[in-house]
Amino acid sequence: MDSALIPKGVKRCPLPKFAIGISAVGAVLLWGVFAMLLCWFKGLNQTNMNDYYGFALWIWADLAVIALGGGAFFTGFLKYVVGKDELKNIINYAVLIGFVCYSSALLILAIDIGQPLRGWFIFWHANVHSMLTEVAFCLSCYFGVLTIEYLPLIFENRQVDKVPFFHNLSHNMHEIMAVFAATGAFLSFFHQGSLGGVAGVLFGRPFAERSGLFIWPWTFFLFTWSAAACGPCFTLLITKMTEAITKKKLVKDNVVDLLAKIAGWMLFTYMVAKIADTVYWAMVTTPENGFAIGEFYSNWFYNYWWLAAELGTGAVAAIILVTRAGRHNKFSFVIALISAVICVCLNRWVMVLQVMAVPVMSFDTWALYYPSWQEVATTILPVAYGIILISISYRYLPIFPQEHELNSVE
Amino acid sequence: MFPIISFEWVWDMSHIVFMGGLWYALSVIGMGMTWCIIKAVVDTCQGNAAGHHH
Repeated sequence: MDSALIPKGVKRCPLPKFAIGISAVGAVLLWGVFAMLLCWFKGLNQTNMNDYYGFALWIWADLAVIALGGGAFFTGFLKYVVGKDELKNIINYAVLIGFVCYSSALLILAIDIGQPLRGWFIFWHANVHSMLTEVAFCLSCYFGVLTIEYLPLIFENRQVDKVPFFHNLSHNMHEIMAVFAATGAFLSFFHQGSLGGVAGVLFGRPFAERSGLFIWPWTFFLFTWSAAACGPCFTLLITKMTEAITKKKLVKDNVVDLLAKIAGWMLFTYMVAKIADTVYWAMVTTPENGFAIGEFYSNWFYNYWWLAAELGTGAVAAIILVTRAGRHNKFSFVIALISAVICVCLNRWVMVLQVMAVPVMSFDTWALYYPSWQEVATTILPVAYGIILISISYRYLPIFPQEHELNSVE
Repeated sequence: MFPIISFEWVWDMSHIVFMGGLWYALSVIGMGMTWCIIKAVVDTCQGNAAGHHH
């Protein structure tokens, strides 16, 4: 029925089957939309946040999806700026995943600010002393860049491409894509960094505070580094999941291997820096602030297992990805990708939620926070939205240039 | 947000760095897209069809 819209030379499942799948995920999406509307119409009393616990599940989800969406900027940087031309076969998917991640981050922020009608205040009444203002600027601009990178894919749909204007526009946008990609890399470097920088300059929260270089705490660099390392791993993980669901090979092994190898070395060097940062923070920064490291891990929930899990998953992923044998073994490769994704999500969790939970004053107790169902539903909402957008894009747009060659259809 | 127009604007280093960075990025994106759209309109009017590009 919709065969005229499907890219030439590739096979897709029947429309009814596709519609059933989309409807199932759509039900989850509607649940999230209902919770979102409750937050907008009734206010933030729908959440379990309060004045003490202002950074909660949403901010973790925000930071996590931004880190996971880092595959778009780093793959774009590698392809257009460094000149790794093989990555042209996966860049479309990286852009799509980045688009999903960043639009999700903006959606979560729109719910989190409580009064979305005043969202433009952050631009108009900008607080130029806040790293979060820089994050808002870069996030919005980079979402614009991702939209520009995603648009040519829509214009390349079989029917849209027949319109001469869209065909020419798509061609022109491809021609100067390096300019947009370089701008995206510039913006991403700063907003990923500033998200980490926020934690590092929280002088009132010794669990997060770090020393640094000039005005930038080490967390500034570690956040950018981890996003550049784990973002491509997320892109590869979603690619592998798409291949498993569609039962097709979509990207050639040499392309996957190249991106995995680069991500692996980024992750390896990140882990060395992260461990060094953790040791210095535990041995020097924390005692100087009058704390013992054990105080930060003395809760039944927040204990040393969090630290071990974060460093352990990162180390496992890095070791597998930098070795040829590790990358070429299907099982260990997927384990490495999952570990890298868990590593960066744990890192963002610790830097947002554990920071708020650790007692600061001698009379303080651990502040454990349980999200309300509305918070959970609105956090799952982007996942459902992402699945739907990826499914529709895969069905109707030429996302994988090598798909036809790898899966010839008579 | 805008020099002169905005009553909150101050000519200090923070405003120049922050807002300068924002306007720089917006200018690159805006000029890039303007060039793409104008060239597409001209090409379409002249009947030039661009080749495939991936």
